[in-house]
Amino acid sequence: MSNSVNEVLGSDLIFVIGSNTTEAHPIIGNKMKQAVLKGTKLIVVDPRKTELARMADLHLPLESGSDAALVNGMIHIILREGWEAKEYIAERTTGFEDIVETVARYTPDVVSEITGISEDDLYEAARLYAQTPKAGIYYTLGITEHTTGTSNVMNLANLALVTGHVGFENAGINPLRGQNNVQGACDMGALPNTYPGYQAVENEKSIKFFSDFYGVEMNPKNGLRIPEMMDAAVEGKVHAMFVMGEDPVLSDPDANHVRKAVSALDFLVVQEIFMSETAKYADVILPATCYAEKDGTFTASERRVQKVRKAVNPPGVAKLDWQIICELAQKMGAPGFDFEDAEDVFEEIRATTPSYRGMTYKRLDEENGLQWPCPTESHPGTKFLHKGVFPGGRARMIPVEFEGPAELTNEDYPILLCTGRKLGHYNVTTRYSRLLDSINPYEEAEINPEDAEKFGLGSDDLIRVTSRRGSVVTRIQITDKVKPGMMFMTFHYRETPVNELTQAAYDPITLTGEYKVSAVKIEKVEWKDEELADNVHRFERLDSLVK
Amino acid sequence: MINITIDGRPLTLEKPINLLEAAKLVDVKIPHLCYAECLSVFAGCRLCIVEIEGRNKIETSCSVLARDGMVVHTNTERLRALRRDLLDLLISNHPKDCLTCDKVGSCELQELCYEYGVKTPSYIGAQTHFTIDDMNPIMIRDQDKCIKCGKCVRVCNEIQVTGTYDFAGRGFESTVTTAFDQPINKDICRMCGQCISMCPTGALQNKQLVGHRPWELKKVRTTCPFCGTGCNFDLNVDVKNNKVVGVTPCEDAPINGTELCVKGRFHTDFISSEERLTTPMIRKDGELQPASWEEALSYTAKRMAEIKAEHGADSITALSSARCTNEDNYVLQKFMRAVIGTNSIDHCART
Repeated sequence: MSNSVNEVLGSDLIFVIGSNTTEAHPIIGNKMKQAVLKGTKLIVVDPRKTELARMADLHLPLESGSDAALVNGMIHIILREGWEAKEYIAERTTGFEDIVETVARYTPDVVSEITGISEDDLYEAARLYAQTPKAGIYYTLGITEHTTGTSNVMNLANLALVTGHVGFENAGINPLRGQNNVQGACDMGALPNTYPGYQAVENEKSIKFFSDFYGVEMNPKNGLRIPEMMDAAVEGKVHAMFVMGEDPVLSDPDANHVRKAVSALDFLVVQEIFMSETAKYADVILPATCYAEKDGTFTASERRVQKVRKAVNPPGVAKLDWQIICELAQKMGAPGFDFEDAEDVFEEIRATTPSYRGMTYKRLDEENGLQWPCPTESHPGTKFLHKGVFPGGRARMIPVEFEGPAELTNEDYPILLCTGRKLGHYNVTTRYSRLLDSINPYEEAEINPEDAEKFGLGSDDLIRVTSRRGSVVTRIQITDKVKPGMMFMTFHYRETPVNELTQAAYDPITLTGEYKVSAVKIEKVEWKDEELADNVHRFERLDSLVK
Repeated sequence: MINITIDGRPLTLEKPINLLEAAKLVDVKIPHLCYAECLSVFAGCRLCIVEIEGRNKIETSCSVLARDGMVVHTNTERLRALRRDLLDLLISNHPKDCLTCDKVGSCELQELCYEYGVKTPSYIGAQTHFTIDDMNPIMIRDQDKCIKCGKCVRVCNEIQVTGTYDFAGRGFESTVTTAFDQPINKDICRMCGQCISMCPTGALQNKQLVGHRPWELKKVRTTCPFCGTGCNFDLNVDVKNNKVVGVTPCEDAPINGTELCVKGRFHTDFISSEERLTTPMIRKDGELQPASWEEALSYTAKRMAEIKAEHGADSITALSSARCTNEDNYVLQKFMRAVIGTNSIDHCART
């Protein structure tokens, strides 16, 4: 996030696009709702009628995957009306001419045709956003989990820059990060193209720094990204994989392809706290600790590094994740893995990661966490980014063209499936909390009443959902939260592993999967035995229990 | 500038705030049951009454803003007598099961009765009897213990912005309930449990904490392991049994304050799940079999070295974790880069 979570409360306009905030980030969602109660305007761009959409001043239920056209259309109107921030564009950005040229083609009638949003609503959204100085953009995976994810993000930056919304309190561009420490994992260089602190793997200076620091020559070329790893495993180019705390078989797109990949490996190590779907394929399983059993730090969306503190001992002989890796490194004869405790590791993080350099465990304890960049021990941390100047001087705007999603519905696969999270669960771990699981024990695919009638479905029925890649069985919830012709499912349930339906179509730059758009067909199915309805074992696949 | 005096202590304020908050600044604690800084002012419990010189009327300090020149008294004999009476009225229509109530130790009503020496109720008469609602997995609603402070109503409307509860009925029959008096369920309630932490009595109790005495639980402050918001809370630990039994909010959490969602508040039973992995395992003859750390790590080290020697460093890859700590992620990337010799490390940021 360029800004901080609590700045939501001081915004005059909240522009939410591709984020079901009240379910996926409930506390940020609460703050948005609190702001709306106090008079803040709310625009929600989402094909679904989410809780926030129902509260919005303006809800734009666009066609899935038409975000780029919508944003270009807004910029078109802003330029036509002369609402752009002329001084800001001149002083702080480059590439404005290219934007002007591209958005010229996105006239309101064209955009309305692509997005399904009326010209009046487009105009109103453009006007409200451009004319409100304290206006923040909030987005999540509804923007990035498309084949055009990177372009979508760049385009939101264009919208914010053209209207001068970056570098100010209560404004900015704010991706709400999905996992507790996805920000930190990126900061730490758990990426194939960057070392800790986003220092480029292929940059000579950083190669030299890390070669010197680690006392061994660094590999000078970028590594593989997850989908490339899976492809390379199937092709026999990758032979071993070490998986720490992830379950790609359940959570990556096109699960059957991922299964093929992990089966093809010569050696798979899984370091986990539960027997995940991926762990079932492992050659070695290393039992690790959960967050309540370790000291350390997580980095939140607002770039705040906060302490995690050990409360209980781990079960059995399970060990700390970093400690297991250190012992493995030592077994392989490597020096530099003799850390005493988490704080000792953090000291090395500070030494290699410039934006963390001013943080110490003592400061994190005393100051309730610190927001990076925090380059020195006297630096207070950074509440919002890009005040006055961008890194490198000016922000470069790159125009984005609209491209449709990779898969479209047709006669055989007439329904568009979107996937995501729901309030009561978080990815796959919460299924192991009996309490949380008892609130939401099974998948309930959301389906519009019109479609339910068309397919002769009642609220207690079961359906089989089939895409070109796989097929799963689920219960349903009939609701106008989704539009006719659209369905929504979550990826929390092994009983209904929805990622067997999603596609391995990726954004070309990040290789993020298009989880938000898959074409599917549905049919009503019956339990093999009516009694099964109340007696499904947890984690047992429903498709094995129907006729 | 606003200059006031509270119990003889002078105080200068830049802007008008309510007298209850102003008193906190000079370490004067005014008792209250229906007030919370994050909620709108209700002035229903009347316990925060104060005397202001020059005014005959007794005022509730939560609803009066400081004005220049005010001289305020918070603890006169007249006020103490009134408070005793108010508490007496409250416990006169309250179950007398304090000996076995799970709220003991954190019950604000009990604390005030203790402080004001209210031992037995003197207003003997009818008592309300409602049906206990415990059909949901998160809380027990015992309306007989409700003192109508309305904090649950306000936190649900103003902080959670869901509006599950409201007052219903009049006078003696009045209560706090849901629409159509439904039991709490996920269709009408987001199960965030914020009402539970607001409740000053045992009317709303966290099911996870039932059976644990608050003074026997150690609180360990930490950061939530689910979404990327970064909420802080206190894990409540039963140290004797090495078990996290529940979660309570911590007021100075920089991002969430006392707000928590259903996952943050109620997830902790997964930590002690019997399904946790407790020992290393190695696949032998096609089956995963328990092994010692020595065996598992030596075998892994040997296989990694063999594969690196045979197919090169880039034939080995790692998936790191957005759920693990920075320290875990740092060490794994260092291992892949410095020991294996590849940059093929990635995590679910992109998937």
